[in-house]
Amino acid sequence: MPRQKIPQLICPAGSLPALKAAVDHGADAVYLGYRNDTNARNFAGLNFDQKAMAEGIRYAQSQGRGVLMAINTFAQPGRTADWQHAVDGAAELGVDAVILADVGLLDYASRRHPDLRLHLSVQGSATNYEAVNFAHREFGIRRAVLPRVLTLAQVETVIRHTPVEIEVFGFGSLCVMNEGRCWLSSYATGESPNTVGACSPAKYVQWVRSPGQMTTRLNGILIDSFGDDEPAGYPTLCKGRFEVDGETYYALEEPTSLNVLEILPKIANIGIAAIKVEGRQRSPAYVAQVTRTLRAALDELARNAQHFHVKPAWQSELARVAEGSQVTLGAYNRPWR
Amino acid sequence: MSNSFSIPRFRLPTLVSAIGSHLPQWPHSLALAAALNAAAKLRLLPADSLELLEGRCFVIEVLDAGGQASFSYRGGIFRPLFRVPEVPDLCFRANLSAFLQLLVRQEDPDTLFFNRELSIVGDTELGLLVKNMLDAVEWPPLTKAPIFRH
Repeated sequence: MPRQKIPQLICPAGSLPALKAAVDHGADAVYLGYRNDTNARNFAGLNFDQKAMAEGIRYAQSQGRGVLMAINTFAQPGRTADWQHAVDGAAELGVDAVILADVGLLDYASRRHPDLRLHLSVQGSATNYEAVNFAHREFGIRRAVLPRVLTLAQVETVIRHTPVEIEVFGFGSLCVMNEGRCWLSSYATGESPNTVGACSPAKYVQWVRSPGQMTTRLNGILIDSFGDDEPAGYPTLCKGRFEVDGETYYALEEPTSLNVLEILPKIANIGIAAIKVEGRQRSPAYVAQVTRTLRAALDELARNAQHFHVKPAWQSELARVAEGSQVTLGAYNRPWR
Repeated sequence: MSNSFSIPRFRLPTLVSAIGSHLPQWPHSLALAAALNAAAKLRLLPADSLELLEGRCFVIEVLDAGGQASFSYRGGIFRPLFRVPEVPDLCFRANLSAFLQLLVRQEDPDTLFFNRELSIVGDTELGLLVKNMLDAVEWPPLTKAPIFRH
């Protein structure tokens, strides 16, 4: 029986130890970014300086793993050169691909570095095959990461109508899933992933403890209030509990993490090229736990696609590190469109 | 960390914190500051992140042990604080098992935060910086540590 073709496993690296954890636990490729606002995880102390970047690339590539560099924010007025230099630097370092969202930057990269492999970032917000094919035709992108708003059937339609490889999210914190188009963080703080590379930047976040509860504020706006035993989530507007028509609840979405273990056979069947793990802001421990679990599941699928079943140990390992301690299939299995 | 070794989640008996909170706290502060200075001297802590700690004071509170350590970073040196500041720039609070799990990279701080096992109060950006700084440290493999060499 032919072995089932399985998607690549793409894992997050916010630091050198996280990169090594991903490689050591079976990632096919890691994705990372510079220590500045050219990537959408621009947090204090996170990401790679030149030295760590060079060592990380050497560590991964020497073991036959890929390194994808995320330069996935939008070039800000007057500073376009910073983003172009980031692309030049990535090409010079010999990364396996750059992940871009900005159309101007895609254009620059495709002209300046015709041999550099381009991936369209989830922040590029391409949700249909016309958008993906446009980026392929104009800039020669080889892969697109789809936003987490599509059902699996819709993902399949995209795959059927494009020569571009399709990557989807496999595990990690879910945000409001309007990637590349979300302005909630800007509404509260004036800063957003697209502009400064961070959603709800930490300098605007305040956690205040009082007996029996903890409150979270974002730039003074009350986001949520937790009892001592209630699970917490990231301090973003989309994860807040708000009063609507006299009722206080998660009006936008609950803190939760996407987890595709259950639909892994279908993901492989429809020809998804790669699944991505969210979480460059997380620690090496998280990267090790999630990479190890998804590697085991993908290997099991490759060995025995007919009788693949999700092991409870995988589910509990992933649920433990999930935001809000709960997981969901998100839009993938949504019955409505 | 190896799969064969893991730190369980536990909580020390309440008697420990009852006694611990009445003991002098300065030895914890002294020991922690010394350990951090040793790590800085070995260049395990990145210089650009350390600069951002200048003049800030920190409290680490081990809830079930009833112990706390406080220190500041001034002039490139971690200094123990013998009097705990009323409003430190940053305070980490957790039980001993959570701190141990973090130390050996068995657990992710965000996971512990989501599960309410770790609390971070004060300057959130400073907290994130410290977390990311510790995550980026490449601890020397234990087997190469002097204690294992004969």
